Amino acid sequence: MKLPDRKITIISGHYGTGKTEFAVNLAIAMARDGCKVALVDLDIVNPYFRSIERKDELERAGVTVYVTSLGGKADIPSLPPGIMSVFIDPDRQTVIDLGGDPGGARVLGYYKPQIDQTPHDFWFLVNRNRPENATEEKVIAYLRQTETASRQKVTGIINSSHLGRETTVEDILGGDAFAAEIAGILGLPLIYTVAERKFEDELRSQVKGSFFPIDLYMIKPWELSETKGGHFAWLET
Amino acid sequence: MAKELWKGNEAVAEAAIRAGCRCYFGYPITPQSEIPEYMALHMADTGGVFLQSESEIAAINMVYGASGAGARVMTSSSSPGISLKQEGISYMCGAELPAVIVNVMRGGPGLGTIQPAQGDYFQATRGGGNGDYRLIVLAPATIQEVVDLMQEAFDLADQYRIPVMMLLDGMIGQMMEPVEWTHTPASDLPGKTWATTGTEGKRPPNIINSLFIDPDACNRHNQHLEEKYKKIIENEIKYSINDLVDAEILFVAYGTPSRLARAAARLLGEEGIKAGVFRPISVWPYPYDALREAASQDSVQAVVTVEMSTGQMVDDVRIGVNGVKPVSFIGQAGGVIPSPREVADAAKKALGR
Repeated sequence: MKLPDRKITIISGHYGTGKTEFAVNLAIAMARDGCKVALVDLDIVNPYFRSIERKDELERAGVTVYVTSLGGKADIPSLPPGIMSVFIDPDRQTVIDLGGDPGGARVLGYYKPQIDQTPHDFWFLVNRNRPENATEEKVIAYLRQTETASRQKVTGIINSSHLGRETTVEDILGGDAFAAEIAGILGLPLIYTVAERKFEDELRSQVKGSFFPIDLYMIKPWELSETKGGHFAWLET
Repeated sequence: MAKELWKGNEAVAEAAIRAGCRCYFGYPITPQSEIPEYMALHMADTGGVFLQSESEIAAINMVYGASGAGARVMTSSSSPGISLKQEGISYMCGAELPAVIVNVMRGGPGLGTIQPAQGDYFQATRGGGNGDYRLIVLAPATIQEVVDLMQEAFDLADQYRIPVMMLLDGMIGQMMEPVEWTHTPASDLPGKTWATTGTEGKRPPNIINSLFIDPDACNRHNQHLEEKYKKIIENEIKYSINDLVDAEILFVAYGTPSRLARAAARLLGEEGIKAGVFRPISVWPYPYDALREAASQDSVQAVVTVEMSTGQMVDDVRIGVNGVKPVSFIGQAGGVIPSPREVADAAKKALGR
């Protein structure tokens, strides 16, 4: 799979498409590839399952994290001024994690002057297993509302169809075909099919989108017993 | 039907609509605002009413009015907003009005925080309003269970003419899980002959009221309510038990902490310690007898209560266990979720290891 070559990559899609999970994985993949990379969490509408919960892992991987918060784990939707630096720093690439509805996407309009002058991509995630994503019409209507609210045009579609821990090969392949069809209707490229790493060998050659393997970072608290000896990552030094 | 990925709050709203709820009155508050948002988008399609009231107090009184007129009605809020509704809830219990009230709990007291907590257990099970009254309080632990219990919540409310509270924490409201929608047959419920639907000159007016100014009449009304609560205790207790066979530790937890307890049980299993989980699904009526029976099993050495509070349900656990085994508590409050490791370590401490 090819990592982003533009300076800014904006990630959006409906709640539950896995935006934050993908944004965190993308930033870490770019950092591991040798990029100087920042992750900007502009999700001002979702109070839980935020990338700030994985700030330590991201920073350890070499990712600089900007969050819409006054610090700590509190969700206070303020835009830290440091975000502006991502448009200025000449050798840094940035992933922007945008909120999961048109209301949340509106915040991007604030940065329109900077984004318009910066080479960027705006990728829209699709999860066919979410009821609000169940038909092509619903996805396209949502995408258009998001474009209007954010004052930016989507440049690519990503299939991230999943059912959490119950995701099957059929969910991923069905979602891949569904997302490819939507991309075709919109005249946009299907960038990736995103799925857990364990599916990579089986599916890499079968999907229309380039296979983007992810590790699960945005896990639920009780899933910690399956990793890390049952500790929250942020309690570890 | 294929499974779909649903956010807890959206599932609450959709399940209510599918259960025949046609009136929603509420006011937004994190972490439950997706409920009114979903209702605003979808209630009109059913011919029902969505109304964002001017306050939580107004909303619960609209629920009182709609319920009195025979409608299937609900409201939802989160902790501070539920506090504001307490007067209306007490009045509804007094007037015997059915409704579903969803509390997606966050950290308190006061405005607290928007992260998940369970500090409203006393309020929900002991009553935050005045007078001798009870609510049926159901506490699901998965999104599938949220969906399955919503229909039942509305049916129980109508059957007993009582408000039913769905007691969720913010994690259940905000997380996503796969859901399978199954057809629930309509319950065989009596008609609402008591509702104020208009006499058309054919019968005496129905009166909905919680004022019984004569003390003897008020006492009789209280005794009548008490008989109803006893029937509910007899018939409507719900709980689940996992991995009780040979368990040395018995965790007791509801909602999100029940899942932390099961995760802790897995960690303990890796160390050769067997742990079971007792999960009340109805926290009023509370499954005291079933809990005592589980705790009485010979293998159980210690009962460990897990909550996202500083210790509230643990009082009910002590009442249920009634001294047959030692009861201890592990929890965090104010929006912090205990980790499975912390819970497992508390269990080891209770065993003296």
